[in-house]
Amino acid sequence: MSYFLGIDVGSTTVKVTVMDEAGKVLSSSYVRHFSRVRETVLDELEKIRPFGGTYRAAVTGSAGLGLAQRGGLTFVQEVQAAYGAIRALYPDADAAVELGGEDAKIIFVTGGAEQRMNGSCAGGTGAFIDQMATLLDISVEEMDALSLQAERVYPIASRCGVFAKSDIQPLLNQGAKKSDIAASIFRAVVDQTVSGLAQGRRIKGKVLFLGGPLYFLKGLRRAFKETLALDDEHAIFPENGPCFMSIGAAMYAKSAKEEPLDEIMARLLAAPDGDSIAVGKPLFASQEEYSEFIRRHGKSDLPFRDIYHYEGDAYLGIDSGSTTTKLMLITPDNEILWSHYQSNNGQPLEIVAEKLRELYSLTKKIVIRGACVTGYGEDMIRAALKVDFGIVETMAHFKAALHFNPDVDFIIDIGGQDIKCFKVKNRAIDSIMLNEACSSGCGSFIQTFAKAMGMDIESFARLGLFAKRPVELGSRCTVFMNSSVKQAQKEGASIEDISAGLSSSIVKNAIYKVIRARTPEELGDHIVVQGGTFLNDAVLRSFEIETGKEVVRPAIAGLMGAFGAALYAKENTPKDKLISDIVTEAELAHFSYASRAVTCNGCTSHCSVNILTFSDGRRFVSGNKCERGAGLRPRRNAPDIYAFKYEGLLSMPDPSAEGKRGTVGLPLQLVMYEQLPLWTEFFETCGFRVVLSDRSSRELYFRGQHTVASDTACYPAKLTHGHIESLLDRGVDFIFYPCESYNLDEHDSVNHYNCPVVAYYPELLKANNERLNGENFIMPYLDPNDERTTVKALHRALARYKLSSSLIRTAYRAGLRRLEEWQAQIREKGREILAAAERENLHVIVLAGRPYHADPEINHGINKLLCSLGLAVLSEDAVFEEGAQVKVSVLNQWTYHARLYRAAEYCTRRRDADLVQLVSFGCGIDAITTDEVRAILESRGKLYTQIKIDEINNLGVVKIRLRSLLAAIEEQKRREEE
Amino acid sequence: MKKTMSPTPASPRHLSCPPPASGGGVGEGVRPQTQSDIADFSEDYPRFTREMKDSYTILIPDMLPWHFELLIHVMAKEGYRLEALHNEGQEVIDEGLKHVHNDTCYPALCVIGQFLNALKSGKYDVDHTAVLITQSGGGCRASNYIPLIRKALRAEFPQVPVLSLNFAGLEKDSGIEVYPAFVLRLGYAIYYGDLIMSCYNQTKPYEIEAGSTDEVRERCIGEIKAAFDAGKHRKLKRNIYFILDAFAAVPVKREPKIKVGIVGEIYVKYSPFGNSHLEEFLLREGCEPVVPALMDFVLYCIINNVNDAKMYGKNRKSAFFFGIAYKYLYSIQKKILKWTARHGRFVPQHDFERLRTLADEVINQGVKMGEGWLIPAEMAALAETGAENIVCAQPFGCLPNHIAGKGAVRVIKGKYPSANIVPVDYDPSATKVNQENRIKLMLATARERMGE
Repeated sequence: MSYFLGIDVGSTTVKVTVMDEAGKVLSSSYVRHFSRVRETVLDELEKIRPFGGTYRAAVTGSAGLGLAQRGGLTFVQEVQAAYGAIRALYPDADAAVELGGEDAKIIFVTGGAEQRMNGSCAGGTGAFIDQMATLLDISVEEMDALSLQAERVYPIASRCGVFAKSDIQPLLNQGAKKSDIAASIFRAVVDQTVSGLAQGRRIKGKVLFLGGPLYFLKGLRRAFKETLALDDEHAIFPENGPCFMSIGAAMYAKSAKEEPLDEIMARLLAAPDGDSIAVGKPLFASQEEYSEFIRRHGKSDLPFRDIYHYEGDAYLGIDSGSTTTKLMLITPDNEILWSHYQSNNGQPLEIVAEKLRELYSLTKKIVIRGACVTGYGEDMIRAALKVDFGIVETMAHFKAALHFNPDVDFIIDIGGQDIKCFKVKNRAIDSIMLNEACSSGCGSFIQTFAKAMGMDIESFARLGLFAKRPVELGSRCTVFMNSSVKQAQKEGASIEDISAGLSSSIVKNAIYKVIRARTPEELGDHIVVQGGTFLNDAVLRSFEIETGKEVVRPAIAGLMGAFGAALYAKENTPKDKLISDIVTEAELAHFSYASRAVTCNGCTSHCSVNILTFSDGRRFVSGNKCERGAGLRPRRNAPDIYAFKYEGLLSMPDPSAEGKRGTVGLPLQLVMYEQLPLWTEFFETCGFRVVLSDRSSRELYFRGQHTVASDTACYPAKLTHGHIESLLDRGVDFIFYPCESYNLDEHDSVNHYNCPVVAYYPELLKANNERLNGENFIMPYLDPNDERTTVKALHRALARYKLSSSLIRTAYRAGLRRLEEWQAQIREKGREILAAAERENLHVIVLAGRPYHADPEINHGINKLLCSLGLAVLSEDAVFEEGAQVKVSVLNQWTYHARLYRAAEYCTRRRDADLVQLVSFGCGIDAITTDEVRAILESRGKLYTQIKIDEINNLGVVKIRLRSLLAAIEEQKRREEE
Repeated sequence: MKKTMSPTPASPRHLSCPPPASGGGVGEGVRPQTQSDIADFSEDYPRFTREMKDSYTILIPDMLPWHFELLIHVMAKEGYRLEALHNEGQEVIDEGLKHVHNDTCYPALCVIGQFLNALKSGKYDVDHTAVLITQSGGGCRASNYIPLIRKALRAEFPQVPVLSLNFAGLEKDSGIEVYPAFVLRLGYAIYYGDLIMSCYNQTKPYEIEAGSTDEVRERCIGEIKAAFDAGKHRKLKRNIYFILDAFAAVPVKREPKIKVGIVGEIYVKYSPFGNSHLEEFLLREGCEPVVPALMDFVLYCIINNVNDAKMYGKNRKSAFFFGIAYKYLYSIQKKILKWTARHGRFVPQHDFERLRTLADEVINQGVKMGEGWLIPAEMAALAETGAENIVCAQPFGCLPNHIAGKGAVRVIKGKYPSANIVPVDYDPSATKVNQENRIKLMLATARERMGE
């Protein structure tokens, strides 16, 4: 007998299909390979031996490529394999969606065949779901079952796993229901597939759903069906879905050479390992080197005290981190009485309560004088358990490090989710560097990966210590690392080498992306490393190798936040306060809470708010951006220029304008945030009625998401698609959106460009939205500085309205005047706010970004958050003219960016003002401006704070960052006063 | 390539501002501004002086190995000792990562990585070494490469000057002095390089005896160098026919192969280091790579100045000279295309005026940052000339590419339904398997179509 054999080697699984000559599938298998690619394939082939006969074999799948090449087997690209199988088995299918471990694919069969794979960024679908399950501390199956009970869906950034995680973590910590989160995760996967892959092409007709996740996960299936509005007849989930590619490969094998199974296996066995992976040096050359290393680090430890025998005062520190919960009880002499470290399993509050009960049951002889909580869960835990103090986690970590080395000048903390670094001068924080969304989750990535390998983190880490050829796995983010691991596995790298490689990747991410140190000297001489991730010796060693410095790692590296909090409680508990307010054993016995999610309708932000109600009737509200969400009344006339700008722009067009010539739609996004006054006045003078697009919102974004062509563009740009849809739906006569290479020349930079995205986005809109045409979308190219050509361009663009050149000229001049007036108003408002700030002794934050950062959907209400922290908020365009002209090292050639430099200069000359730079994720130009703004500020002793914003609507990290800044400013002030 | 305000001479870092003002309204404690009142946050850097010319080795990044060999030869005649770097690998990437903001584009990272890795290699006397980069001065962040390189060097090799090769009057204190005849020689070198590249790509996949095409390429490079030495580089017809004949003489086996066009961001489009040896990969896959001419990018930069004057009335005087330069260079291209067509053996490269016409059909020529309208124009031209399978190579997160690369794919496919385009991201952390798998998908589609 002769058979066809299809072998699909994916990133996580191996699928093998045997088919007879008539095309009947005789057997199919689906197993996880745990990186043991070749062995697993051979095992599976062994199982089909009973068939006997000879085979024609073809290999497919991302990890199969190298194996096929080196084993001399026929290879077929996996999407192509699926395409072949679809046409043979489901000739009436219109499209197919396939989700694998790492890749997502869409195949359009009818209406112009087309096959697509996800871009580099969106990698991770099956793997993404696995990671999310780990995050929730449940199995994928449990997550699936939970998702079916969901009551609501939260918006979760779907661009990539790292971003999604940043959205989910705070939801977990706020006590959102796992079932709702599970459903939200699946929805995110669907959104990503629909927007990232389909890109404007609608998935309709009869749709096949293929691949493991779509076969096994009912919740995911449901989410797809709902989003694509498919009924059972049109959504097909084939029985052989998980093995579909291997069936396709078996079909493709018809052209392959016929040979006995043993022959095929022998060749696979003999296939050499790949050698194209970059390898680093071993972490330790010898056992002696390792012993010396262990001895050296053994020195940094805290003394212990037996909790059963100790009598007297104690201080409790609680660190409710993003992924783990840590508690520590110390004596007044800083001895550890008791400590605890555990994954918070998405239930931080329950864990803390549980551990407190345990603590109370251990001993009755200890009096907790003071308690302090820090970390993401700070507010909630503090409210729920009546903890005396709460401090921002950066301060807690700093305090703890200072204890271990009073001369410390650099601290790096790598936790599960975040990386924090501090430079220390004169025992005070000099600058803080926190990771941005992209490089978060490095710590927990190792853990998740170890789990996927069926190992605990300790054994996995140990494997890396003596790896001979640690592989290079890149450092951009965990999604890219995951994909690098896949490649390394394909090339035959061992688990040992991958373990060591991951450690080094995480360290590189911290050094290159977060600290951005060019030379080890920049780090200083006394470095303390901490955070749970540094308990991994491989990570610690990698850090020492990469920096060339010996560092201090306290034995309680993972507990430093809790230790710092405990120290804080000790130092700040008044002498006459003899017992902490923290819940007593009796109160704890009855402690319980209920969580409820609601949407706050206090303003247009519509925050998702979580309300915890405790057994004693108290309530805790989280997720709100301003006081309103917490049921408080916000102050009127908040010193906030962002609100002023946004409302001012919205009320710019005259709703009563007659519009005898028709209506023009202006999309309020990107360049329009700057030039709306100009074009409103222009069109109204010309006799048009001006209609603005809808206010930005996540929903508006989703409305236009299907026309987004480039996933990695900035969020403001991607939101524009929704604005266009809203204007089209309103039925305006045409949408006006000019292309401008040059912005208005403000004469303080070498040139006055717009960034490429702002300048030419209309081109992309026109090209990717089929509803737009030359009639309803007018996008002239013009340089607003040059009246002659601008008038000409407008005249041509609006030819069908037969406007005279002189009217256009008059209107354009009026527009420019209106723009100037508006800018003067902004500056005037800025002065008002400053005066108010001085009167009320408020600190001022110049929240500096771009004009379009005034959009509440883009800034996510950071302005409101600042106000609620008791700060006055200004913007770069309100103050830059007060700053001196600046000369910087880089080419200063963009109008908006020149404003940033001058605003920074301005801040350096005010004691009561600091600058916080808003940066949209994906803004390539800010890769340049951020370094320069930082240099300007730091050269004059100011702190620099950067906030990266994207679709993610998670202010938790932002809050920590801002509070850290405030704490550091306080410290600095205190130091100056001393 | 906009003519811009020339930078003021650099001065050492100093703070020209009053001490922090306490209290008061905006403006209080802020000095009134005059032209001279500029807060200087820039840092000083070493200049490349005329005297250094004789004793310095000037390093340039790896981009187009064969073009660069000719360009280096031309520069040597001007007294500049250039050396192209070919160092690759993880250490180079690591150097780049260390010194460049991770969100800066991949080309900057590659180039800076190569420079630092080379300077550290011990192969060069770092006190007598400079580095050189071209600068176009457009609205893309790439115009900031020079400051980024300076910043990177400052940390470890503060004595190494950075030279700029530009025609926009930027970096006057560290530029290569250019004059018309010299520029023209560079132009010729690019034209010859383009033709050699094109003929090579059209011969290599079909050669019967392995390596015979490479031999011919060596021979042609040698011949053109000799022509420059003898002042015969302007004997265009003779030199062009020499190249055409030489490649035509390579014995080949005619068989249908998939033609794959490469477009995209200028560095990753051409540099083997930047695009993970894309051309070699395509050759291994049994394809014929079709790489558009470097001169088209040069002409694109020139014509944008002319367009700027026409569209916005900008710098009309310099635009006039750009217009003349364009006409002259284009007339050379016209001739080369004519002779190549007449020779008959090779498909001529794109006609730049045709590219402009094609551009007008899909995008506005006002899209001039980065590679701008040239990318969709080249995609259209490739689709039109039988290379409808296209790799659009771009650095991860490249701004102009959002619009003119990925953003334009849909329009191109609408106009050329057979166009089979795959955008590929290049990044220090993007894996080769990820890139290759996507290209393979594109090739699978192409193969299937060829079989039909």
